[in-house]
Amino acid sequence: MSVRRAGEWLPALVVFVVVVGLWEGLVRALHVHQFLLPKPSTIVSVFWTDRHTLWPAGWYTFKEALGGFVVGSGLGMLAATVVGRFQTAGKALMPIFIAANAVPIIAFAPIFGAWFNPISPHSKMAVAGVLCFLPVLVNTLRGLQSAKPRQIELMRSYAASELQIWRRVRVPAALPFVFTSLKVASVLAMIGAIVSEYFGGALNALGVTINNAANVFQFDVAWAGILVASLLGIALYGAVVATERVVLRWSPQERSS
Amino acid sequence: MSDAPVVRLANVTKTFRQGNVTALQDIDLDLVPGEFVSLIGPSGCGKSTLLRVIGDLIEPTSGTVTVNGKSARRARNDRDYGIVFQDAVLFDWRTVAKNIALPLEMLGWDRDRRRARVREMLELVELGAFADHHPWQLSGGMQQRVAIARALAFEPALLLMDEPFGALDEMTRERLNLELLSIWEKAGSTVVFVTHSISEAVFLSNRVVVMSPRPGRIAGIVEIDLPYPRTVETREEPRYFELVTSVRELLRSRGEHLLPEEEANLA
Repeated sequence: MSVRRAGEWLPALVVFVVVVGLWEGLVRALHVHQFLLPKPSTIVSVFWTDRHTLWPAGWYTFKEALGGFVVGSGLGMLAATVVGRFQTAGKALMPIFIAANAVPIIAFAPIFGAWFNPISPHSKMAVAGVLCFLPVLVNTLRGLQSAKPRQIELMRSYAASELQIWRRVRVPAALPFVFTSLKVASVLAMIGAIVSEYFGGALNALGVTINNAANVFQFDVAWAGILVASLLGIALYGAVVATERVVLRWSPQERSS
Repeated sequence: MSDAPVVRLANVTKTFRQGNVTALQDIDLDLVPGEFVSLIGPSGCGKSTLLRVIGDLIEPTSGTVTVNGKSARRARNDRDYGIVFQDAVLFDWRTVAKNIALPLEMLGWDRDRRRARVREMLELVELGAFADHHPWQLSGGMQQRVAIARALAFEPALLLMDEPFGALDEMTRERLNLELLSIWEKAGSTVVFVTHSISEAVFLSNRVVVMSPRPGRIAGIVEIDLPYPRTVETREEPRYFELVTSVRELLRSRGEHLLPEEEANLA
């Protein structure tokens, strides 16, 4: 099992090493200017020397993203449960949710800054939360409606109540859909938190650090900040995937992956 | 077999408002305890609708349905029947054992009682080694055996089967026919079996109810006087072929407006 896992990871690892190597080599060979593209080795060394400012900044922003992710996704699931319970409401609201899902929510970031205190983490959390809310709502709703008519008929043959059908059929059937949307939401939450910090925020926030560094041509610091953001984003995504593996142990997709 | 009927259908008519289709018209039928009855007919003859009317999954437009001497609604609420569909309708998130335990959970059985019964049922359908597998790890035939075990787990007096072997290949189907008969002989429940296959209906049943379409009516009933237990050889007896022929002729005589592919289905 672990040997097979390693075999599956190896190609990706090779590609990663080759790309970073090419990047380093080409930047050196072609004498690319620092502000255009710093060398990976420079980025990593700044990442190390500035670790006492970058990591606390990253953690600050990560908490905003996490808060938005939890609240936004939670409300999304709750709303889907309520809407899914009432068929007619679902029919009326579903097209609106799908349309709203296509709206570039991030465009509202400056307005959220005005609604909340722009320095406070709450406005960032709000952006991240709103970004998470709709995809989770839409997918959870779709998942709750994904139970097959025969499955419902079977439950009715057992004289099952709506609540029993809900618990034993609709919710488990929805879970794969929910996790798909949570993976999307985990990425959106980090984007929402960082981008909304570009419009202003606390000095010790990662988005602000990246933005300020770029403004004073410290591109190596900006890149090191992006590296921190990437690692934290991957960590959040990875946590969702790990939870999915545990919760959806029964799923054929999980078994084969 | 002089007991009170397990199922009594009196003047049952079902009209679907959508498209104004009369799916069933004036169906009268009594099923005696322990009987194996097949419903056969071309697509659109209402045989699946009739099965669902018996199970109170569809309400008839008029007429009365009595199951175990009660209204169909009462019987459903009392869990008087088990049902098996064409696709096994197993839940992927439950193991084979947990799938079979589902109706027992609904009946509020405690864990030990459930476990003991599930083990019995797994033995009955010879899937003892697969208790902890998930449905998608089983073949189609095995999945259908799990569905049968689940339907029989709470020993319902009545078993409703809606083309349970329709999606399986001929060889698997014939083997499961034999298994179903041996299970039925042990369980002793009354079976209503919907099928497209004349040979399957004749092989399994005490009686074959032939239905004609648009509107769905009973065209005739063929008594199958082949002795039980039926075996592989039963399918080679002259009497078997005579009965297959009489069912086929009954279908033909009432099915002038059959489409060619529907005739092919009845072959």
